[in-house]
Amino acid sequence: MSTRIYVPCDAAALAMGADVVARAIETQIAARRLDAEVVRNGSRGMFWLEPLVEVDTPKGRVGYGRVIPEAVEGMFDRNLIEGGAHPLCIGLTEEHPYLKKQERLTFARCGITDPLSIDDYKAHNGYRGLQRALNMSASGIVDEVLNSGLRGRGGAGFPTGIKWRTVLNTAADQKYIVCNADEGDSGTYADRMIMEGDPFVLIEGMTIAGIAVGATMGYIYIRSEYPHAVRTMRRAIEIARANGYLGTNVCGTGKSFDLDVRMGAGAYICGEETSLLESLEGKRGQIRPKPPLPAIQGLFGKPTVMNNVISLATVPIILDKGAEFYRDFGMGRSRGTLTIQLAGNIKYGGLVEKAFGITLREAIYDFGGGTATGRPLRAVQVGGPLGAYFPESLLDTPLDYEKFAELKGLVGHGGIVVFDDTVDLAKQARFAMEFCAIESCGKCTPCRVGSTRGVEVIDRIIANEDRTKNLELLDDLCELLLDGSLCALGGLTPYPVLSAVRYFPEDFSKPASLPVASLSAQEKQPWH
Amino acid sequence: MSVAQAWDADKARTRITELEGLPGALLPILHSLQEEFGYIDEAAIALIADALNISKAEVHGTISFYHDFRHSPPGRHTLKICRAESCQSMGCDKLISHVENRLGAKLGQTTEDGSFTAEQVFCLGLCALSPAVMLDGKPYGRVTADVADSLIDGARRRM
Repeated sequence: MSTRIYVPCDAAALAMGADVVARAIETQIAARRLDAEVVRNGSRGMFWLEPLVEVDTPKGRVGYGRVIPEAVEGMFDRNLIEGGAHPLCIGLTEEHPYLKKQERLTFARCGITDPLSIDDYKAHNGYRGLQRALNMSASGIVDEVLNSGLRGRGGAGFPTGIKWRTVLNTAADQKYIVCNADEGDSGTYADRMIMEGDPFVLIEGMTIAGIAVGATMGYIYIRSEYPHAVRTMRRAIEIARANGYLGTNVCGTGKSFDLDVRMGAGAYICGEETSLLESLEGKRGQIRPKPPLPAIQGLFGKPTVMNNVISLATVPIILDKGAEFYRDFGMGRSRGTLTIQLAGNIKYGGLVEKAFGITLREAIYDFGGGTATGRPLRAVQVGGPLGAYFPESLLDTPLDYEKFAELKGLVGHGGIVVFDDTVDLAKQARFAMEFCAIESCGKCTPCRVGSTRGVEVIDRIIANEDRTKNLELLDDLCELLLDGSLCALGGLTPYPVLSAVRYFPEDFSKPASLPVASLSAQEKQPWH
Repeated sequence: MSVAQAWDADKARTRITELEGLPGALLPILHSLQEEFGYIDEAAIALIADALNISKAEVHGTISFYHDFRHSPPGRHTLKICRAESCQSMGCDKLISHVENRLGAKLGQTTEDGSFTAEQVFCLGLCALSPAVMLDGKPYGRVTADVADSLIDGARRRM
């Protein structure tokens, strides 16, 4: 059998030149007439090592990190095909401490298999969850998800099983499963990795959801900034359909479930579930007041399960191994694993799947190795643009929904953005307000107007105009946004702002500096 | 490289007809037209409104809501630069100033010779490799000023 040489096709690997490396390897295989083939896998999530080339050998997969095309010929000279020694060699990939210390449940296959090989998927425990689900009652499937303790990984942390139960118990002629793949938070990329690296797990999770609640159609709403994920998901859906896993007769059971991919159009707000539904219906992505809940009146007014990619991609392993298996990981009311994404100014950025309860410090130092610049860490933002900025002194906080909520922070989607000591938190607070102003859907006044007023107030603070009065005003404005906004965009923008003021007051009391330049508004040219 | 074609009402009608039967067809139609022409021509509004039996105001409002949909043709190359927090932590502001100077165009603008459109984007999902950019749909990570220059020069040579 020919030797498999893996070169990831994940967008982050491509961003470091994986395509050129793959071509160089293919050239060498042909020139040397070797019995070997290049397989494009997903990413293992050790991004500082990308492109990470792996060779399948009898002793396991041997990895070579940061491969550049110029190094490929030399690697073959040193017997790459049998995992030969080379300065770029990292040994057996699975033995790498970064992976070895993780608990990969949702990401069990990502980076190991060919994302578009359904045979690979099945050979690595794929579709076992669905098989089990097909022999269970609808209510039994929902109970399994409920008992696993799985909470929405998109950010809000709402119990997934309760959403499913509501949809199951709402009678309707049509129900939908919608996957929120509008992963817009800076510092997050777990959804993208799954869609590019293990798309069948998301398809399987959505199929189980459909069977459980009686929905026959599902939509995956993917942001347009993820063209590779869109392509991979579309191809995977076609393959699943051709193999009888989607369509009018799922696995020969006579049950119907099918999927379609829809692409967003660059609006951050469409990650908010009701805004996403409007967008899917072909409208402006303006949020809907709740109630009615999407579980009762969602897409096209029908009961809709709306879950994040990671929530849905975790369902297959829960159904395969049982609720207890999953629930045994984690702490307090945060059960299972969190897919932490180390980002920003970080030496070893990447995906770390660990049981809830790991502290920020462990994630940033034990895995991430500290800052990329080597300068002291000054702030971390967890949970995306709406998450709080924490100082070094809070790094011992465990990643747990409730612990973060106590500190007025968010675990969110698990993204951790690290900043070194060159960061100016007054500027970051201003950006939070500015981002809210750019991305506000305009439906409610606190968010639409308050965000612009917020930028102005912070500008006055930076310019040292009536600082005490303006800091009070900012506090007041943030309270209004928190209490009066219709959704999380306006409602949580105060988190980064207030945490910056609270933990980094020195950045708001510096001598007046030059005004911070506003982001180019990117106003569209009017049609003539 | 951009393969956008000049506005052509018949081509637009064909694309609209292909997709008008989908539930929630408006976004897929707009994406399809932008893929064909590189932007959404004003003349498309009436065609879409007619096909979907909605008002022109609804079509106009939807186009203007989403950052992606352009009102005018882009340059031959599109360079998207991330300026979200992760890339900020790795100095994207400096990178952006450098690129703006190099191109002689601000983010959101097209260079005078029509070769480049530079756009800001909030997160490409490459946050472990910040700062990140996307040139004509291809991602690049750990982009320094030198890397940005070679990307721009390389694209200019290809056109």
